[in-house]
Amino acid sequence: MSLLFALLIGMLTATGIFLTLRAQTFPVVLGLTLLSYAVNLFLFGMGRLASNAAAVLGAQTRYADPLPQALVLTAIVIAFAMTAFVIVLALKTRAELGNDHVDGTADDAPEDDSAR
Amino acid sequence: MIGLFTSPIWPLHWLTLPVFLPVFSAVLLILLHRRSIRLQRIVSGSSVALLLAVVVALLVSGAGNQHLVYPMGDWPAPFGIVWVYDRLAGLMLLLTAGLAAISFIYTVATDEDHRGPHFHALFQAQLFGLNGAFLTGDVFNLFVFFEVLLLASYGLMLHGGGARRSRAGLHYMVINLIGSTLFLFAVGALYGVLGTLNIADLAQKLGQAPVQDYGIIAAASLLLFVVFAIKAAAFPLYLWLPATYAETSAPVAALFAIMTKVGLYAMLRVHGTLFDAHTAPAAFVNLIGPWQIWLGILTLVMATLGVLAAQNLRRQVAYLILASVGTLMIALGMRTEAALSATLYYWIHTTVLSAGFFLLADMIRRGRTNGDDWAPAPPITRMVLLGSLFFVYALAMAGLPPLTGFVGKILILSAAVDQPLRTPIFATILITSLLAVIALARSGNRLFYRVDQPTTGVPLAAGPNRLGWIAVMSPIFVAVLMVIAANPLSSWLDQTSAQINATPDYIHAVLNPPTMNAGVLAFPAHPEHAATPTGAHQ
Repeated sequence: MSLLFALLIGMLTATGIFLTLRAQTFPVVLGLTLLSYAVNLFLFGMGRLASNAAAVLGAQTRYADPLPQALVLTAIVIAFAMTAFVIVLALKTRAELGNDHVDGTADDAPEDDSAR
Repeated sequence: MIGLFTSPIWPLHWLTLPVFLPVFSAVLLILLHRRSIRLQRIVSGSSVALLLAVVVALLVSGAGNQHLVYPMGDWPAPFGIVWVYDRLAGLMLLLTAGLAAISFIYTVATDEDHRGPHFHALFQAQLFGLNGAFLTGDVFNLFVFFEVLLLASYGLMLHGGGARRSRAGLHYMVINLIGSTLFLFAVGALYGVLGTLNIADLAQKLGQAPVQDYGIIAAASLLLFVVFAIKAAAFPLYLWLPATYAETSAPVAALFAIMTKVGLYAMLRVHGTLFDAHTAPAAFVNLIGPWQIWLGILTLVMATLGVLAAQNLRRQVAYLILASVGTLMIALGMRTEAALSATLYYWIHTTVLSAGFFLLADMIRRGRTNGDDWAPAPPITRMVLLGSLFFVYALAMAGLPPLTGFVGKILILSAAVDQPLRTPIFATILITSLLAVIALARSGNRLFYRVDQPTTGVPLAAGPNRLGWIAVMSPIFVAVLMVIAANPLSSWLDQTSAQINATPDYIHAVLNPPTMNAGVLAFPAHPEHAATPTGAHQ
């Protein structure tokens, strides 16, 4: 299970990094979202993965660490708010600059030879 | 109520005010956003004034002479979140409140808050995040306050709108979101290995960590360093700063002068406590310092090139902020008490004066037909006064006598004399200071001497009223005071840096807090404290 979990986090992070390096705002937003998924899983995993462990302290000698769950909850809320904000900002720049390039340069501008 | 003032525990509860006051007024201002701007200004202004009064009272009362620990909800550390107030935190709170006052006055003077309904709510939320970040003693709580201050800063930065502002804002936001993700990775890794997030407890657990975990701890700490370097805008993560600061409105840029310092403060607080020579294993003691010095040198060089190449005054001031970050990083990397004291002196100087310089740049921009670009323009009204102010600011920022920039740089250089890296440090600081002098002299020349004959040009915007002049001049008064009172100030800063370096005291204060039961005297003196002088001006 640990291997699968680690591979999943790695995949999400790699995809997220790839997408944040793209030149259009929409892939960048998607990349940021994937990165935040990856980090939420990572935080969760830092409480050590266990199956059949009690959720409540003292009910059993083996119990799930509650703190990472609280951290993940906080991180999810914050990431959610930030994603909402960045989408609105991306739409605003799209409207104001007339294109969705992260630098606001049009697609046929000479310096724009980066990934489409 | 009287008991609150006379009881020995009063500072403990008053400690929460710098955080709760702005958040309450932010909520109130959101409710009031349909009401007149006048009412909003009264609420926001009285909040800033009260904040300033509380922060000054806390500092003057000497509450920070010992580490003052406030456990949230009376949960003891490391299980609950603690806030820690000491001299350093008190100084940062004072700087924030002072900048907020200057920025607020200039906002009112220029009607910048008329351009959207939520300026004051965002402004207070920004203060909430800043004050919380300075007070917290918990790494995850630091993350939360970082997010609060960043979210407010996105709103403030974009306030007023415009395509260029939006584009700079998008870059600023994306880099900081990536920084937040890295922060969480680092926090998670630290928790996974050390099992705690309280800074003092982390420092204690680090000493007991098994050697095979050192790799993960070092990786997590360096990741945290990267995050703080993004906030501080250190090389190579500074590219977001010049556009952000140059494109936003002047009062917001002035308030943002404290934002880069938040990153440096976090380095000092987290890495300084974790990797202190008294408590940390030898493998960690020099993990961060050399990085700080070399990255500081590179930041300083790149920033000075930016100062030389800038196409308008606001961008030049933004690069000057960057240069001061470089200087502060170099000084922080030395990690001696003398260097720390010098750092704090320069820190106050650069925060206050660069804020004022942004306001001055805005005044000059308003008076000219083509803004603050270098191209010649018809003369500005009140040219002599503006030119003299520019001269004073340029002297101070470039580090020429007699103002604070000179004193600060002298202190930093004299602390660097016995450093192993003294040659690159001396060379960089001296040469970049010379280049800054040349660049600022050129800008003054272009803005004030190369003048077109009065033609049909119309100034860009109305100049600010008398309040605006107060906001622009008050940083100079602070600088003059700092030169006149340099001796008592630097002896106070010496004691502050001694307190910062006394990490075992910090750990002891956080992990063995006095009980908060009402009426009981709360501070049993720590044996080491009792021997050291605690007064502010001995």
